[in-house]
Amino acid sequence: MSAPNPLTDEQLAANFADIAPPLTNDAALLEANKCLFCHDAPCTIACPTHIDVPAFIKKIASGNLRGSARVILDVNPFGHSCARACPVEVLCEGACVLNDRDEQPIKIALLQRHATDYVLARKLTLFEPGLQTGKRVAIVGAGPAGLACARDLRRRGHAVTVFEAKSQPGGLNTYGIAEYKLKSDVALAEVQDILDLGVELKTGVTVSSSDDLLARYDAVFIGVGLGSTKRLGIPGDDLPGVTDALSFIEHLKTHPYRDTAVGRQVVVIGGGNTAIDAVTQAKRLGAATATIVYRRGEADMPCYHYEYELAKRDGCGFRFNATPQRVIGNGSGTIAALEVKTAQGNELIPCDMVIVAIGQGERTDLTWPKHDPRIFVGGDCANGGAEIVNAAAEGVAAAKQIDELLSH
Amino acid sequence: MADLRTSFAGITSPNPFWLASGPPTNTYGQVAKAFDQGWGGAVWKTIGEPIINVFSRYGSVDLGQNRMMGFNNIELISDRPIAENLKEIAEVKRHYPKHAVIASLMVESQRAAWHTMVKQTEDTGADGIELNFGCPHGMSERGMGSAVGQVPDYTCQIVEWVKEVATIPVIVKLTPNVTDITYIARAAVTGGADALSLINTINSIVGVDLLTFEPQPAVAGKSSHGGYCGPAVKPIALHLVSAVAGDPSVKIPISGIGGIASWRDAAEFIALGAGTLQVCTAVMHYGFRIVEDLIDGLSNWMDERGHRTLADFRGRALPRVAKWEDLDLNYHLLAHIDQDKCIKCELCWTACEDGAHQAIRRLPRDNGGGGPVVEIIEEACVGCNLCAAVCPVQDCITMRQVPNAYVPVTWKEYAAGKGKLAPRSEHFHTAAWSTSAK
Repeated sequence: MSAPNPLTDEQLAANFADIAPPLTNDAALLEANKCLFCHDAPCTIACPTHIDVPAFIKKIASGNLRGSARVILDVNPFGHSCARACPVEVLCEGACVLNDRDEQPIKIALLQRHATDYVLARKLTLFEPGLQTGKRVAIVGAGPAGLACARDLRRRGHAVTVFEAKSQPGGLNTYGIAEYKLKSDVALAEVQDILDLGVELKTGVTVSSSDDLLARYDAVFIGVGLGSTKRLGIPGDDLPGVTDALSFIEHLKTHPYRDTAVGRQVVVIGGGNTAIDAVTQAKRLGAATATIVYRRGEADMPCYHYEYELAKRDGCGFRFNATPQRVIGNGSGTIAALEVKTAQGNELIPCDMVIVAIGQGERTDLTWPKHDPRIFVGGDCANGGAEIVNAAAEGVAAAKQIDELLSH
Repeated sequence: MADLRTSFAGITSPNPFWLASGPPTNTYGQVAKAFDQGWGGAVWKTIGEPIINVFSRYGSVDLGQNRMMGFNNIELISDRPIAENLKEIAEVKRHYPKHAVIASLMVESQRAAWHTMVKQTEDTGADGIELNFGCPHGMSERGMGSAVGQVPDYTCQIVEWVKEVATIPVIVKLTPNVTDITYIARAAVTGGADALSLINTINSIVGVDLLTFEPQPAVAGKSSHGGYCGPAVKPIALHLVSAVAGDPSVKIPISGIGGIASWRDAAEFIALGAGTLQVCTAVMHYGFRIVEDLIDGLSNWMDERGHRTLADFRGRALPRVAKWEDLDLNYHLLAHIDQDKCIKCELCWTACEDGAHQAIRRLPRDNGGGGPVVEIIEEACVGCNLCAAVCPVQDCITMRQVPNAYVPVTWKEYAAGKGKLAPRSEHFHTAAWSTSAK
């Protein structure tokens, strides 16, 4: 498990390159002109932030890229990362009317990236802070929910201070999205746009109580996300070589690729989207085999179908209806196998690394009064764990509610 | 932030985007909705003695996936009573005092009829009158529309009648179905017109059903020629606007019409001298909402280019519209193929070889794995642009100037024995080239 990474730097770079590379200008224009410009468009309805998709695509077709990006970012401050990491197959693109004409849907995500990359590359300023209201809002957690809320509060002129426990802002955008979808530099550049509106950011600060904030601020938004990955709770789950998916991904995203240890035979326990992210990235990092072990059947996996397809294309293995019983060490402190229970009896799956991806627990380190009218909550800690676009939508909605509260 | 406010022959509007007279401006409800969505003005669907329309009125020309690249109609003027139209115009003007509301008029060619119509219109509080001398179908058979606009004397006469009583600006809408539009434009000026608008639609038949041999749009087995419009007509409109705007005896404002669908189209019309823009087909295709990007795109472009107001670039392209005989014969171009961008479709070769000047050489596709398959024969290239026009990859084929030591010389000068021609490429002869390729 501590063996040097078998892949060359070039192989690693290729394995973690954007899975959906940007469109060329030609391709973007061609694609934009395919959009029918539907009225009351299903894609817009499907988007939790209700981006006016036909409008931004029409602006790409007309050559108004700045205007296009503004349509997107006006309602979704995380339009850059959503363009790369949104499950568009089940949202806007899944809703495209062209599906009903038995055609490929418009490549909405790539067009969104085309427009938002344009402003990112040129560092164009699209939004201004509002006139100072003198009101102050504290935001706990610098993830998509908190920062979406922060941006819209700044546009309305309220002073905003964001408290973040980690050293970098962005939450899971910076630390948790599969590397081949979204890289930290893009996530951080997107965050910088928001901070540049005059958001005060305090990193490395863990907030444990909302009381103190309520005393010093006019309102508080809580967007702290979920807690750490749940433990397996089986014998051997504390052996070195057992790690949790989020830590594995975070390490990968914050270090040179070859500095993240990966086994030769990796087992990932779980069937959700995070399990897929873990198994594909273990494989792309150089594991000889990377296998999902899931206690229920193929159809029961909570991951998106296209994610499952991606893992299969990556050459990952799947063991369904196999319930982990214990992790077996090899006597020298590392792992030899995972014992699972199947319908045919117990079985050993040889492995030298186990990645646990069975969901995150709730945050227990911060509690807040549930019915205080000055406290607002959004993102994973409110919705139980969803997409960037849900967090952004909730942050934006909370900013509107906070503004209404503070304006009275 | 760009200032789009517009003053046109004394008529002001928050932006230069007006709805052209047509189906989108038929009722109070439509025009009010359009103003709410951002349109700066509207020219009401032409009012006159109510007519009776046929069923099946519009015909479309599609280009591949793109619907309605060209569009025609055999619909007549408003089929609603004059009084009803005038009442709604008054209502719109009352509710939208800052928007431009123009009444388009068409009555029979009698002085009294025009006087009555103009006076009634002025009572509505409309900002201006547009005289429909342009519709080429139906009404022209009754001596109205383009039947007036095709004869300079008629045009002048009716404008004079209108100006005898009109106190608000009078815009004359011109038909493109004439040999030289400047004659009609000058006649309108002589008659006292305050402004011109152009182009109205072009005579057309959009197609024939090959099963029934009915021309389109068909009405009980027959059709009539209709007025052609939509993106396809923009180049014709740009030319005619430039011709009128560049005519020294036409010094009145011009409202540009013809295939305007995007802010780029609008900017081009303004650069050729248009004061306002009128849009119809694009709205019939996509609805009033398109005005948002017309405004946003034009503003962003103006900001980017440093134009504060529309006047900053209005007419900027006009001095560059020249006679052919004044073009520089010593300005030489050469096509350049960016081989890294080339996707090896060979469309440029086939176009140049069969359709132009045999100045591209084809190389075998298997020449050492992935090498170029086309190259410019520099000594044969006449810089015509065809290869760049057919190339499906942006900026793959570009036209580059070939500097030479010769001073510019125009045909006018050269024919008068002045100036020297720089040496230029000779045509290849296809037969000879094909033989050598074998």
